[in-house]
Amino acid sequence: MSTATTSTRSSAPPRRRRKKDDTKLALLFIAPATVGLLAFLVWPLLTGLYYSFTEYTTLTPPEWVGLANYQAMFADPVFWNSLKVTVLYVAINIGVQTVVALVIAVLMQRLTQSTVLRSLVLAPYLVSNVVAAIVFLWILDTQLGIFNVFLQWIGFDPVAFWASETWVIPTIALVNVWRHVGYTALLLFAGLQAIPGHLYEAARTDGAGEIRLFTRITLPLLRPILALVLIMTIIGSFQVFDTVSVTTQGGPADASRVLQMYIYQNAFAEYQFGYASALSVALLVILMVITFAQYWASNAGKSDLD
Amino acid sequence: MRIPRHTSPRSARSGPLSRRRLLQGSAALAAGAAGAGTLASCGSARARPGATEIDYWLWDALQLPAYSAAIDLFMEQNPDVYVRITQLGWDDYWTKLTASFVGEAGPDAFADHLARFPEFVRLGVISPLDGLGPLDEIPPERFQEGLQELWTGEDGHRYGLPKDYDTIAIMYDQKMLEEEGLTPEDLEDLDWNPEDGGTFEQMLARLSLDENGVRGDEEGFDPTRVARYGMAADPGIDYTGQTSWSPFALSTGWTFTDEETWGRQFNYDDDRFSATMDWYFGLVDKGFFPPFGEFGDSSPTQTQVQSGTAALAVAGSWMITTFANMEGMELGITDLPAGPVGHPVSMFNGLGDSISVQSDHKDEAARLIAFLASDEAQRVIGERAPFFPSTDAGTEAAVDSYAGDGLDVTAFTDRVDNDETGLYPLVENSASIESIMQTAFDQCWMRQIDGADFVSFNDRVNALFE
Repeated sequence: MSTATTSTRSSAPPRRRRKKDDTKLALLFIAPATVGLLAFLVWPLLTGLYYSFTEYTTLTPPEWVGLANYQAMFADPVFWNSLKVTVLYVAINIGVQTVVALVIAVLMQRLTQSTVLRSLVLAPYLVSNVVAAIVFLWILDTQLGIFNVFLQWIGFDPVAFWASETWVIPTIALVNVWRHVGYTALLLFAGLQAIPGHLYEAARTDGAGEIRLFTRITLPLLRPILALVLIMTIIGSFQVFDTVSVTTQGGPADASRVLQMYIYQNAFAEYQFGYASALSVALLVILMVITFAQYWASNAGKSDLD
Repeated sequence: MRIPRHTSPRSARSGPLSRRRLLQGSAALAAGAAGAGTLASCGSARARPGATEIDYWLWDALQLPAYSAAIDLFMEQNPDVYVRITQLGWDDYWTKLTASFVGEAGPDAFADHLARFPEFVRLGVISPLDGLGPLDEIPPERFQEGLQELWTGEDGHRYGLPKDYDTIAIMYDQKMLEEEGLTPEDLEDLDWNPEDGGTFEQMLARLSLDENGVRGDEEGFDPTRVARYGMAADPGIDYTGQTSWSPFALSTGWTFTDEETWGRQFNYDDDRFSATMDWYFGLVDKGFFPPFGEFGDSSPTQTQVQSGTAALAVAGSWMITTFANMEGMELGITDLPAGPVGHPVSMFNGLGDSISVQSDHKDEAARLIAFLASDEAQRVIGERAPFFPSTDAGTEAAVDSYAGDGLDVTAFTDRVDNDETGLYPLVENSASIESIMQTAFDQCWMRQIDGADFVSFNDRVNALFE
């Protein structure tokens, strides 16, 4: 690249007016984004790291305590439980969401060209998380929920979706699947559009059916996009908070006390911002490890199309 | 909110708005609209030029009309002070209060809760009231006995001026009782003990009904298919058990902590407590009390009583108006059962007004909260209040106002008059205690652990004070 540029430059006649370099202008354009990045990402990250080594109530100055917060964290059964709960949530949420989104995306690609239908699939994503949570809180209510009325109507007992230790995490996970699956499907659909149509035609000429087309062409060629979507959705899934906060606040017992909920509780209910920061750092480390591992394992940087 | 679980002590005295704000959206809107109306009316008294503006915050929408009226009166008499009132829902209230203290933009005076003020004292954000304006002239005797004690810090300083108090009694639907062939007299003088539940449990059995119409005290009652439970259940039961288990535990002579206030040793490991837990949550197995999760935030106790899915509700005095306004039922109020100590015991709790350390107008704020404690203001508040103001004058006005509506509320006031109360646990670390104990109460209600298993949770709570 650089040699090409130099050769172009040297071959072109020197123009005086253009000699001024663009660095200043470039910096000016980059500045707003950089300031935002520094102020709202880098600085909070650094202060959060610092606070994780302190005892801090926000109302009194932070007090350096070294690794005490991290020691407390490793010995804290609620932290380990919240980690377990979060992983269970992510597994159900991402597992179901990815499969359903893939099915929807393939159906959109292979079956219909309708823009209306494609827009409808995205509709739940336009609803805010909190609103979706409130609506499902009502729908799944033990006494008044229309879904439980339906269950009784077809002969089942009502289920305490929000108050049963068994049901609460699958319930929250599936509510969020409902909200996010359209968006995920759309991303996958975009990936499908990039697969050349002639591959399907060629395969069909060779007598391949829909299922074979899916496993031999669609899935392998979708891999980079799928990997990227998985990385993004898993990061988002680990950070689940609003749905839990609105519906169960971590209960019953600790059955839905996901990591973010526990962080929030420590910070804003118990004024332990130092400990909450340590928990946040733990979440950051977990996410970094998972993301790198995923990126490496899925070979997401390369495409099979080349 | 389901409660808090994280932040709000769910059965803490917070009014119906706070905890069930989501599921009572319409109620919240209505209350909000009422509040907006009131605010607009007090906004009509514009700040005079040169008047000192101070901020007063409170969370209970039901209290807003009463306090707005009193504050209007205050501004009439004190033209040099203009009070801006802000009302926020329970959860937002504490989050915003914390944030505003950090940003040094908090209110000058605000309604405070016993579960929160110890933390504020520790953080140094609320001011001792001694030496502020006219507050030194207000003796503790002005208020119902014990109230000022609740608002006194470990250092002996006052951190809040009592504004109201609440006690616990039993509410029910008189029509239901009549249909059962019982009279209100049958509910009087019931007794209770943790071994066999006494005549109170017999009454719960009598009022329970399974889906086949078999009563809880009859042969063949199916405790797994219950149409009406003898006792209603709060959606969440927390470490104070204010409107759930506390009347029973306290009536065994049990106390929350080693000291009346500012205790540092909890007694969740006491035999009387564990026996009470085994009896209380054991009612689930008998079919007299709803299993965990049966009634969520959408179906609080007043709804259970109204819809006839529960017969008797242990409820707080701040809920009188809410119960009385439930359509299609005729509210009856009766005493709590007498426990092993020989009489009923109600938890005694109260809100207070605190003044921020950061306020630049502490004297004006002190004048305001002193006025709110005056007989004049307490009468104004009492007439409009769906709760009991903290002074005799205010309480009398409230009792009269209820009597005007045909409600006899002596089941609530008798506890104070007869000295049959136990104080709300005034301790440090309440948020941490709540989160530790929530698991225990949930699990006991789900019938996974017994009363004796509270010992290990008690150890964790006590470790907070080491």
